[in-house]
Amino acid sequence: MQYQDWLFIGVFLVLAPVLPAAALLIPRLVAPRKPNRVKLQTYECGVETIGDSWVQFRVQYYIFALIFLIFDIETVFLYPWAVAMDQLPLFAVVEGILFILILVAGLMWAWRKGVLQWS
Amino acid sequence: MFDPINAIAQWLAALLASLGLSSGLVNLILTLVGVLAIASFVLIVDIFLVWVERKVVARFQDRLGPNRLGPFGLIQPLADIIKLLIKEDITPLGADKVVYNLAPILALATVLMLWAVIPFAPTMLGADLNVGVLYIVAVGAIGTLGIIMAGWASNNKYALLGAMRTVALTIAYEVPMVVALLVPVILGRSMSIHQIVNSQTIWYIVAAPLAAAIFLISAIAELGRAPFDLAEAESEIVAGFHIEYTGMKFGLFYAGELLHALTMGALFASFFMGGWRGPFAEQAPILGVFYLFLKAMFIYWVIMWVKYSLPRVRIDHMLNFNWKLLTPLALAVVMFTALTDKALIELGVAAGSLTYSLAMLALNLLIGWITLSLLRSYARIERQRVAAPRPVASPEYSGVAKS
Repeated sequence: MQYQDWLFIGVFLVLAPVLPAAALLIPRLVAPRKPNRVKLQTYECGVETIGDSWVQFRVQYYIFALIFLIFDIETVFLYPWAVAMDQLPLFAVVEGILFILILVAGLMWAWRKGVLQWS
Repeated sequence: MFDPINAIAQWLAALLASLGLSSGLVNLILTLVGVLAIASFVLIVDIFLVWVERKVVARFQDRLGPNRLGPFGLIQPLADIIKLLIKEDITPLGADKVVYNLAPILALATVLMLWAVIPFAPTMLGADLNVGVLYIVAVGAIGTLGIIMAGWASNNKYALLGAMRTVALTIAYEVPMVVALLVPVILGRSMSIHQIVNSQTIWYIVAAPLAAAIFLISAIAELGRAPFDLAEAESEIVAGFHIEYTGMKFGLFYAGELLHALTMGALFASFFMGGWRGPFAEQAPILGVFYLFLKAMFIYWVIMWVKYSLPRVRIDHMLNFNWKLLTPLALAVVMFTALTDKALIELGVAAGSLTYSLAMLALNLLIGWITLSLLRSYARIERQRVAAPRPVASPEYSGVAKS
């Protein structure tokens, strides 16, 4: 049964991009194609673009991204704990909660440090 | 038992076997047919979502909406598609062509992939993965990648800003969503969505209203819909990440967005509103599909209601709301749900029984009340801080005689 399910997922993953891609092929056949330099300009409110748009700039929320990474990884650890709730003794449940509390402590620390402040 | 879909599948299997194909090949062909059936069914629903969206928006804004083509304007989306197909396809100069063309495909494909694990009816489900919830979270996050690719490859500053905002939104709202999804996993004792739906004799929205609310809010944020539509704030960055896209490529983004909203509705229905469950759904599985789409459409309508009622939030407010309210609340809900669950089982209350659900409801109401009173006291402090008299330079206090 399990093998059957993963076969289905595999076929789905391969086929899902094919359908939208097929929809993109139709305009290639029926749509007009008359490109010229002005038409292909980058849109910027009618003003000519100055400089490249692929530049380095300050991503203000990189600290948020780091916190996100920590939280996301640790939640993945919590999923097996949640699934096995029936078999777990009370001790293991409390241990899981301690794990969450450590996470919360980290969040509180970041909060107190003023990391969660948009500047 | 009235079950046409499985009857057709068995008939097809018998037909292929009679042609002398090996059982492995028959299996593969059946899977292929199943995938195509689900995907094309979902895409056809998607086409009519355009009509639903336009009609409901019109009603919210006191208009009639499309009503010329066919009954109630039902053929309007087909006309829209024909228009999109014959539009000229413009790729701006300096764009990264491969990534630029791949982005709209990815945006729709990831949403489509989510439907692989949603159970339509007790006997009708694509794949019953035992890690279904993780699959949903993982595949759902790839959609953001499509948006970043679109923003970066367009070689447009507005598009890049829109994409960057989308990243901020996603990394913020992914956390409460994933944490809130722990609650139905705890209640259902499984990560398989089929199992979670099966164990909902009483809808989980009764036992876990707070988790449901958190999931809905973060789902709206993940969709990038108002009030969280910073990625396409017209007054600031024109159209955001899809500013340079024309014709069918824009159409794919649009279709992906609409379908994503319906998918979130279907997921919400499966996790919290009993999925395909309804009267006689076990006897006639085809009714289950109807119930699932009814519930999904209801959630879709709620999402639209929110979209057309609330103004856009500012990005710092949005991040504050997420990190300082939703994330701690979601963590608290998970902790107390786990503890109460263990306590109730120890007391001999069966999981999923009425007593169990009502105890969980009481717990949720308690946590909700505590959260609200904390917020209220915070608001009081903040109001006093704002209203406190500030030193003002006036002639009376400045020491200069009035005369």
